[in-house]
Amino acid sequence: MAAINNRKISDLIFEFPFLASFFSDNGLDITGKEELTLAEYFAGFDEDEIEDKAIDVDNLMFQIGEFIKQMIAFLGKEDDVVKTVTILPGHDKSGNPEKFDDLVIRQGEIICIVGPTGSGKSRLLGDIEWVAQGDTPTGRSVLVNDQVPDKKWRFSSADKLVAQLSQNMNFVMDLSVYDFVELHAESRMVQNREQVIKRIINKANSLAGEPFTPETPITSLSGGQSRALMIADTAILSKSPIILIDEIENAGIDRKRALGLLISEDKIVLMATHDPVLALMGDRRIVIKNGGIHKVIETTDEERKILSTLEDMDRIFLAYRTKLRQGDIITKIENTQ
Amino acid sequence: MNLVTVSGPPSSGKTSVILKTIDSLKKQGLKIAVAKFDCLYTDDDILYEKAGIPVKKGLSGALCPDHYFVSNVEEITNWALKNKFDILISESAGLCNRCSPYIKGIKAVCVIDNLSGINTPKKIGPMLKTADIVVITKGDIVSQAEREVFASRVNTVNPSAIIMHINGLTGQGSFELSTLLYDEALNIDSLKGMELRFPMPAALCSYCLGETRIGESYQMGNVRKMKVED
Repeated sequence: MAAINNRKISDLIFEFPFLASFFSDNGLDITGKEELTLAEYFAGFDEDEIEDKAIDVDNLMFQIGEFIKQMIAFLGKEDDVVKTVTILPGHDKSGNPEKFDDLVIRQGEIICIVGPTGSGKSRLLGDIEWVAQGDTPTGRSVLVNDQVPDKKWRFSSADKLVAQLSQNMNFVMDLSVYDFVELHAESRMVQNREQVIKRIINKANSLAGEPFTPETPITSLSGGQSRALMIADTAILSKSPIILIDEIENAGIDRKRALGLLISEDKIVLMATHDPVLALMGDRRIVIKNGGIHKVIETTDEERKILSTLEDMDRIFLAYRTKLRQGDIITKIENTQ
Repeated sequence: MNLVTVSGPPSSGKTSVILKTIDSLKKQGLKIAVAKFDCLYTDDDILYEKAGIPVKKGLSGALCPDHYFVSNVEEITNWALKNKFDILISESAGLCNRCSPYIKGIKAVCVIDNLSGINTPKKIGPMLKTADIVVITKGDIVSQAEREVFASRVNTVNPSAIIMHINGLTGQGSFELSTLLYDEALNIDSLKGMELRFPMPAALCSYCLGETRIGESYQMGNVRKMKVED
């Protein structure tokens, strides 16, 4: 990479188109200077400019090289497919060993996490996110595809194992739905952007109770619509193989379909919830006590039957909600199942 | 002893991140002290004291806070050395986004938050661009997409930094940060002769010296005019 400072900016941008965003995000105007070499370009700044713009030429040269290296690595490889994540037992807060053998979580699985507040749910997720190697307070280790994982899962900003969705999350940007998803797609450098954006908005609309248009400002979406867009966007655009969900509110969004979308995108879904309808949708659930994994329960057939009863109750409840919203008088709703 | 400089815009969560990280450092048996630098007011020293962490507070008042920081960091370091701490963490707010308190050979951490806006990484100068570790806070209240876009923007302006997400309220992520702070190879016994990573901006005009009147005839020293066209 030593040679980049003697190459023309136009050639560099031709070869590494992503450098255009590096220049603009670093406040470096290159218009009209494309035919200069990088070294000439930086030499062209006078002392005032260097001081005003807080430019550190050596550091910038180094960072450009670093950026090119990262982007080549990022663009050159197929996305790593994470088929399994394995948690090896550690110990709880009192030092007692955890009572489970290797816990293997597979692509397309929904695992629920239950346990009182402060029991250690966040630490478990922390262990996964940091791909613990016996070096966290729980002593757990995490394997990816049965292997001791690559360090990049810890340190690379583009490769994060876990994406998160929680009830407390809001959109804060002042953008339309379309522009927002486009911005995300841009940062992920996806091909055929327009198609991907349309797909996300369609999916989100199929999850949301009430549809929204691509022109709707994201900050004026309802709770259910926001959650639907967050889920569709995360399912399709986030590179993280694991999605952590902290409850999904039971209004304005089809929760079963939302989980179905994540699974169909080959995500691993971890869900912290005490809502029985959600918890029983999982394949297994992890019970956390005193900082340790206390039990791993496979959802039983009886529980699945109970789930369908609970879902019926849920539907009735929602039907009353809809009636109220429409200004109807509440009368008995017959169970349509 | 290690010195760690932590910097970041006001209210980005520096103190919360430091407090949670110190919890983890203490469990590793390390003795920690904090030097808190601010401009006009801070209560944070009380928070540190409550947590049982020895703290020194410096208010720059009428002086530029970053200049004040550089003028005092050696004395504070000597105090921490004398008291045999393993780590001294300095905390200062980057008020104009232009200065940075980072020193060559001393670990530099920048704390910024997801709520500060998507263009913020572009606007912050050396404080972000020359940090070794960038901690992004308040990720628990924005969407995954916004977190990803924000982190990628940070990466564009500082590709060599380690980017971490920390929740200052729950402390999630602070254990992980704690494992990256102490490094025996970075032990120092004095700051003498060390250099800032980036020069502070020049500013010495009549207003620095207390002038309050407006008008060209009162402006002296390092004064620059905007180009205002018709």
